[in-house]
Amino acid sequence: MKKLMLGNEAFARGLYEGGCRLISSYPGTPSTEITEFGAEYDAMYAEWAPNEKVAMETAVGASIAGARSFCGMKHVGLNVAADPLYTASYTGVTGGLVIAVADDPGMHSSQNEQDSRHHAIASKVPMLEPSDSAECRDFVKEAFEISEKFDTPIIVRLSTRVAHSQSSVELQDREEHDIIPYKKNAPKYAMVPAFAKARHIVVEERTKKLTEFAEKSPLNKTEINNGKIGVITSGISYQYAKEALGDGVSYLKLGMVNPLPVKLIQDFASKFDTVYVIEELDDIIEAHCKKIGVNVIGKELFGFIGELSQSIIAEKILGKKTEFTEFLEAVPVRPPVMCAGCPHRGLFYSLAKNNIIVSGDIGCYSLGSAAPLNSMDSIICMGASISALHGMNKISGKEGEKKSIAVIGDSTFIHSGITSLINIAYNATNSTVIILDNSITGMTGHQQNPTTGMNLKGDPASKVSLEELCKAVGINRIRVVDPYNMAQTEAAILEELTVEEPSVIISRRPCALLKYVKHKPALRVDTDKCKSCKMCLKIGCPAISIKDGKAAIEKTQCVGCGICTEMCKFDAITE
Amino acid sequence: METKSIMIVGVGGQGSLLASRIIGNVLLSQGFDVKVSEVHGMSQRGGSVVTYVKYGDKVYSPVIEKGEADIIVSFELLEAARWVSYLKKGGHLITSTQQLDPMPVVTGAAEYPENIADKLQELGVDVISADALSLAEKAGSAKASNVVLMGLIASKMDFPDEVWKDAIKQCVKEKFHELNLKAFELGKNI
Repeated sequence: MKKLMLGNEAFARGLYEGGCRLISSYPGTPSTEITEFGAEYDAMYAEWAPNEKVAMETAVGASIAGARSFCGMKHVGLNVAADPLYTASYTGVTGGLVIAVADDPGMHSSQNEQDSRHHAIASKVPMLEPSDSAECRDFVKEAFEISEKFDTPIIVRLSTRVAHSQSSVELQDREEHDIIPYKKNAPKYAMVPAFAKARHIVVEERTKKLTEFAEKSPLNKTEINNGKIGVITSGISYQYAKEALGDGVSYLKLGMVNPLPVKLIQDFASKFDTVYVIEELDDIIEAHCKKIGVNVIGKELFGFIGELSQSIIAEKILGKKTEFTEFLEAVPVRPPVMCAGCPHRGLFYSLAKNNIIVSGDIGCYSLGSAAPLNSMDSIICMGASISALHGMNKISGKEGEKKSIAVIGDSTFIHSGITSLINIAYNATNSTVIILDNSITGMTGHQQNPTTGMNLKGDPASKVSLEELCKAVGINRIRVVDPYNMAQTEAAILEELTVEEPSVIISRRPCALLKYVKHKPALRVDTDKCKSCKMCLKIGCPAISIKDGKAAIEKTQCVGCGICTEMCKFDAITE
Repeated sequence: METKSIMIVGVGGQGSLLASRIIGNVLLSQGFDVKVSEVHGMSQRGGSVVTYVKYGDKVYSPVIEKGEADIIVSFELLEAARWVSYLKKGGHLITSTQQLDPMPVVTGAAEYPENIADKLQELGVDVISADALSLAEKAGSAKASNVVLMGLIASKMDFPDEVWKDAIKQCVKEKFHELNLKAFELGKNI
């Protein structure tokens, strides 16, 4: 049966068909759906782990126990999981171990644009790169084979356009792979220096064998056409190149991007007058070509930034431009905004109003950085809000402590905020931390986490008490506020900033988009009472605008949260 | 057959993902090679959202670029203006007349252009506009305006109605079948 599938859905299908038994991941755009689709197959156990490091270690454990296993994450997640990755490269596997990493060229939903191929090279782990959904399925199955044959974890790299594009996949049956019986093998798995030294030799030998494999593997495909131009490419860039250049040039499509073949590239390049390397982000293939004496043109044309496309390639190589019609007036931008009824809105308004320095974090609340709230001073990575605030406060001292705050979501706090909070308690700054507890992992599309009381399958699960947890790490001032009550929330923030000891404010209110959240009727504006002061616009609610000089509330969007009624001094907004 | 491109644009939350999946399934059932490209995550939160559908004998790139779309379907007028540069010369622009103010307009930092549909027509673009929101409300829910527009596209493409209806049923939960099929009919008869 042929089915239109997202790259991520096809990836999950590949896990299923390839006999995978365990999935442990942390959500991150554009990788999240692999695990969500994977959880739909009863033959595979699937879970959301608290972070990527835990996920990878769980998958490593399952592999040691003899099962084909998987963990998935976005590019920055692989930084978190780098520690187990680099040593699992030494231990190798028992059951096949496949790792998905989804890069985000163009930063559709990310804080940086790093190229994950560097991690494969540095950890000396093979990496495959599919270019469409059918390849996602096929490459995952092949990845399990390579993992077991060469005794290594293997990474399959996706990019946003592969992960989030649908194309057709011919479904196949699952191949069962029995659990390999456990046998103690400390020299392979217990990485003390004496054993690790021996394993490093194995890793270097493995890389040589993998390079030989890359020379002949059908993962690396040559397409010889007429003409004097050759193109070396991989992943989504292959699709862009084929569309732009068609059969007028020849291709070496690299399905395996680490290690890269030598002779295959040299033989291919020797057939052409000009050879282009077309790859997104960094110059990994290009640098390899130059290292092995192959003269290629790459980054001097295409650069290191953002996504490539068929038109960029057509323009740079063929000098071809497509004509188009443009709207003649300025079109106002439409940036993403906090949803109507978002429990974060009023809180960020209070922070902005009081000119508080906000050390921010990764999640929906990153949108607090946008106008009109403009209330975010820094956003670095998962968990950095709390640790960076501690560092700032060590420098700015008592006065600084009274003007600055950290904000972090429930899932992000569990992911990597806990150790940062321990640092505040242990190394003593009078820092104030707000945990924005909206009872879900929001930005990635509503995944359960250890604070929600439910697991990936939607079954009841153990629930972390944020209050008890904060208390246990040494925070004595912990209070819970309802962010829909702006006055109470603001008062709590100002009071906690003043006290000279560390404190945590838990701002608790479920995400307004959660299905179980009951909405109140839409509010409306009494235009006789409205004085057009525009105070209600300062909270940046997408449901409120000005119509004919007066405030107006769009009834299909408003969920009746009431934050705007607290802004209006004239009681013009009512039920 | 040369690859054809359909672009669906709107505001996060308007249902463009569902629309692209319906079209994708229609095209797959007709034996085409199909690619549908979407963007998830950050940009879905009330931002400008665009999805691409491409079909033909063999589709390579999943994305559509300026001057390449045969049809653009816009769920909102300002988005039609924003993305018109992606339309191929001689392509069709189908747009809902719904207007949603983006944050810079709400805060008064920018103005929503007036008479967008007329101005697009003056540029020589083939504009087909419809009050999809009212028709969706007539079908039973404002949320079905995406499927009303599917009806309108169906009238511009040459596939039997049954194929569209099957695709809708495949992509929508059973309890919403009747509502969405009604929305499709209303769009088809504009």
